[in-house]
Amino acid sequence: MTWQLWLDLHLHFCMLSLLAVGGALAIIPEMHRYLVTDLHLMSEIAFSQSVTLSQIAPGPNILLVAVMGWNIGLQSAGGFEAGTAAIGFGLFMALGLLAAVVLPSSLLSYFMVKWLQLHQHARGVRAFKAGMIPLVMGLMLSAGWLLQTASNPQTDWRLLLICGVCMVLVLKTRVHLLWLMLGGAVLGAVLGL
Amino acid sequence: MSFTWLGLQGFGGVLAVVQREIVDRKQWMSLSEFAEEWALAQTLPGPNVVNLSVMFGGKHFGPSGAFAALSGLLFFPGLLMLAIVFTFQAFAHLPVVASALHGMGVAAAGMVLAAGWRFMPTLRQHPIGFPLALGFAALSFALAALVHWPLAHVIALVGSLSCGLAWWRLVPKDAA
Repeated sequence: MTWQLWLDLHLHFCMLSLLAVGGALAIIPEMHRYLVTDLHLMSEIAFSQSVTLSQIAPGPNILLVAVMGWNIGLQSAGGFEAGTAAIGFGLFMALGLLAAVVLPSSLLSYFMVKWLQLHQHARGVRAFKAGMIPLVMGLMLSAGWLLQTASNPQTDWRLLLICGVCMVLVLKTRVHLLWLMLGGAVLGAVLGL
Repeated sequence: MSFTWLGLQGFGGVLAVVQREIVDRKQWMSLSEFAEEWALAQTLPGPNVVNLSVMFGGKHFGPSGAFAALSGLLFFPGLLMLAIVFTFQAFAHLPVVASALHGMGVAAAGMVLAAGWRFMPTLRQHPIGFPLALGFAALSFALAALVHWPLAHVIALVGSLSCGLAWWRLVPKDAA
């Protein structure tokens, strides 16, 4: 990885931090476009694995950026076969991209909170909050869509069914998300999907 | 400061866990204060839980508190996550693990879809009206998922239209 690319990546994630209205899930489509489609830094499989594994660990969703950084760093340094140097670079990229995506928005929150508290009922602030909702919804649905296609490139109907059933269970019941992940894992393994 | 650190490292990413920890167990703020802070955290860009912890840490302990809250929130979960990823990847070449990852991937996709679908009731009460709000949601889905537009362009187009309309429809409070 060249210094130019390294810098571009971090600057792009700094920008994403400030565009992440609606949280970490809303920037998944953009990360997919940038990392997989444009720069070919990750495969579809690596991308979907990163998002999937970040969902089974506890902690804020934004940690999926650290997982992406880890995968990009590891792959660009030659993968597991390359040994400790690649693992070190993976950790370095994980930390770097996580900082890039977290710090700008955190600084903004830190300095904006007082202003926002004073003006939260102002017309402009309410219009912004309301206006962003359809956008965030569309982005989250496209995140789910991209994740489904990335994990299911052959559009197997059984995988589609698991996806749909999970969606309905989350909406209609209070079943813990980990059980759904476990269910998906067991079905996937047993059926050999 | 170390108090903040300790309190925050146990967080799960889910809002409910944060709420239970700060409001019920530690009693650092009341439920209505929490709801207000959460609304503020959601207005600003960036991961919501991260924003909330920065706002909270900063309010009570200044910059060092904000930093402690931030690192406490991310450090241990981050380590745990990398450990999980490391373990899975070490076995990812086995067909059974790859299949399990496919199953989990679509399960996770279902959860993300559900998280998006949860906005439906909010759209129904949207100031710009349900059909238009749904149209904007569909438009941003199409641009992001099907046309693969850069996020900045989607936000510039759909965001300005949607926020502009909302601004127009929201009557100023003093005039109402």
